[in-house]
This record gives sequence, structure tokens and C-alpha cells, in this order.
Amino acid sequence: MSGVRVLVGTRKGAFVLTADGKREQWEVSGPHFSGWEIYHVKGSPADQNRLYASQTSGWSGQVVQRSDDGGKSWTPVGNKFSYDGTPGTHQWYDGTPHPWEFERVWHLEPSLDDPDTVYAGVEDAGLFKSADGGDNWHELPGLRGHNSGSSWQPGAGGMCLHTIILDPARPSRMFAAISAAGAFRSDDSGETWRPVNRGLHSEGIPDEDAEVGHCVHRIAMHSSRPEVLYMQKHWDVMRSDNAGESWREVSGNLPTDFGFPIDVHAHEPETIYVVPITSDSEHFPPDGRLRVYRSRTGGDEWEPLTAGLPQQHCYVNVLRDAMAVDSLDDCGIYFGTTGGQVYASADAGDHWAPIVRDLPAVLSVEVQTLP
Amino acid sequence: MIRVVLPAHLRRLALIDGEVKLDVPGEVSQRSVLDALEASYPMLRGTIRDQDSKRRRAFIRFFACEEDLSHEEPDSPLPAAVVNGAEPFLIVGAMAGG
Repeated sequence: MSGVRVLVGTRKGAFVLTADGKREQWEVSGPHFSGWEIYHVKGSPADQNRLYASQTSGWSGQVVQRSDDGGKSWTPVGNKFSYDGTPGTHQWYDGTPHPWEFERVWHLEPSLDDPDTVYAGVEDAGLFKSADGGDNWHELPGLRGHNSGSSWQPGAGGMCLHTIILDPARPSRMFAAISAAGAFRSDDSGETWRPVNRGLHSEGIPDEDAEVGHCVHRIAMHSSRPEVLYMQKHWDVMRSDNAGESWREVSGNLPTDFGFPIDVHAHEPETIYVVPITSDSEHFPPDGRLRVYRSRTGGDEWEPLTAGLPQQHCYVNVLRDAMAVDSLDDCGIYFGTTGGQVYASADAGDHWAPIVRDLPAVLSVEVQTLP
Repeated sequence: MIRVVLPAHLRRLALIDGEVKLDVPGEVSQRSVLDALEASYPMLRGTIRDQDSKRRRAFIRFFACEEDLSHEEPDSPLPAAVVNGAEPFLIVGAMAGG
């Protein structure tokens, strides 16, 4: 019988939540790597048993873990992330030059077809690749070396490369997003990059329509239509129909267009999900009501999904990597909160229930659909 | 043998139960102890000191014989009590680090 495996990264460890295809009864495994911040755990699309985890701490820096048995056991692999050449500087919060310094891995993106190949998006923003299961990492320096690199500056969470999207139709094309530099696209397997931010408009930067400097929070793609991208920006929900060449706002009737995650239904490429958050200083849902918003029209027209979610006194946040979907026939939607809840819906968002309620603050949620 | 005590989160990472006992060739210094430690437990590389510069991570401290040795030169000899195994070399996570 089919099932799902939900991979949860938290401030103090990782958890693996498993269920059969009904998604009603859950087994909870963890904490793995207890006491460490687990920024991201993700499985290989090419091998369901191959998982990668980013493990960090203020004391001891970065560790990368690999599992070859679906998370039952783990092995530390390579953790040396050295920028290519002389790193140079980017802008600090106050606009002064600041040396590029590796801080942590925010996001791990396994290759679509090779379990041993995996990409890492890091803070300070850079893109690394391993072709040997994480044992050795090398930078793809064309991104950080783009001529705009010295002007990038950190968002409130740090200057992180948080989104990596691999195009299933064009293996040489990939997307990356950086807070607060914007979205970038490569058409040559990561060798060279260019900003793809036309149409983004951001208050708080000197040129509101600049080529770079936008605080992109998350980008999502449906594998059947890789030309279509959805973006949750610092403010504004955006859509591109031409692989990022241009964007238009689709915030429509959302109660606020600030937020972090955005994701796409597994079988309906025009059905998308966001979690509106009050503002950049008020990182909690409007009115203390936790609502996922769904659009079945690729944006502009949104409906609140509330059944099973707290509708009073709720002041949690949902971070950028903390939403995912499964690919069962009735698409499952999952998200985790900074209050330690992981909510699941087995009916595309109509009804929700917590899988767990009291984990450490959730940093990331990924889902594997098991045969 | 040189005795080394690691913070709990690094013991879990390296699957170490209790103290580590190391055979350290040559002069016993912070550098030679850490070299021997990382050779025996490669997963600790980068978690105590930077892999390239070998600088101690900011929130890691080195204590021995009730002294803070964190700011000693990496090649300075460690106290005789550490060298003869009477006292452990303590690798400590600073209280502000987590």
C-alpha cells in the first residue's frame, strides 16, 4: 500500500513522520540529531531511501548527514564548503562591504535522476554541488560571481540561498532564489546565471524595480509546466509564465500578501497554496487565525482554508521551506509552524489535522510519496 | 594517552561514549591533539575549528587544569598534567553558543 514519509527539520532536531496512504495514523521517529538546528531534510527523487539533512549549530557549525535507508540510520558526510577563489564582499545590512563568510546550508536539492548528486544553497549566498553523495562539495561560482554579487545584501534571516529548482524538462536549466538578491536562472547547468526579476517591485530598495535586491521568499514550480513559476516575495505573490523572464502580481484578494512558503498541488498545476502572514514585523497570521489560502486559478482569486486550523489566539509563523505536497491521488498538503505543529490535509487543503503538536520550532517540511 | 572530553552534542555526532583517549605523537599541543582527534573521528572536522584556517570556532572553548587555554597559541605545549593523562583536555561549548 502506498504511503508518505514527512521529513521535518526543527530548531532542535529532525523528525520523520510516516503513514500509509490514508494519512490518518502516523508514526513519529525522532528527534534525530537532537540539539542541532536542522534547516532542511530532503529525499532523492531517484531513490526514496537516500536522504540528505543539513545539521547546524551555533557552537559547531555545519554538518551534512546522509541516510541510505529512508532515515533509519544516518552517516555524517562532507561539511567543507569553501567558496571558489577569493570570495570578495557583498553588502552588509548597513550597506558597507562585508566579506563572504559561510554560515550554514539552508536548502539541499537532490538531483532528479542521480541519488549521489545534490545541490546545497548556503548562507552567505552561494550554490554548491556534490556528485559523490555529499562527501565532497564544490561551489558553482558563476552565481555568486555574477556582476551584481557585490551589491547583494542580507534579508532579516541572513543572506541565504534558500530555493533551488531543477527543471525536469530541460536538465540544463535551474533556478535559485536569494534573500535579498532575488531570483536567478541558469541555462547551462549552473555555470552561468542571470537575474530573472523583471516585474518585481520592492519598496525598501533605492530602485524599486531594480534588476537585483528583491527579497524573494520562495519559488515553486509544477513539474508538468516548468515555464510557470510562482513566487512568494517579502510582499506580493507573483507569477511568471515564461520561466522568470517576467513576473506579474497575483496577490488578488489575499488578506495580506506577505508570507514565506508557496507550493503547487501535485496534480493541478493552477492550484497553489500560501500562508498569509501579517507583515514583516508581525510574523504571525492576521487576526490570530491560521489560514492557508488556495487559488485554483493560478493566483488572483484565493479562498481561505480553515477547517481544523486554529482560528483564534494563533501567533505562529510558517517558514519558507516548511510546506510540501505529496503526490497521492488525493493530494496531501503539509506545513509546519514555529509553534511546533505539523499540519496535514489529505484532501488538498479542505480539512486539516495536526500530525504532531509540540515539536521544536519547525524550519522545514518535505514529503516523500512511497509506493 | 591524552584524555579529551567533548561536549555532548559532539559526542553524539561522533558516537563517542565518555572520554576520548588519544595517542598523540610528538609535542602535545592544542594543534596536535585536535589533529589526532580529527584523524580518529573525521566527522568532527570543522565542528571545533575551521577546516582551512584551523582557527577555533567562536563558541568553542578549550579548558584544562582549571585554566582557560582558548587563547593560547595552537602550538603551545599543553600542561604536563594533560600530557601525562592526569587531567583531561576539555573542549567546551560556550554558554552563549546555542
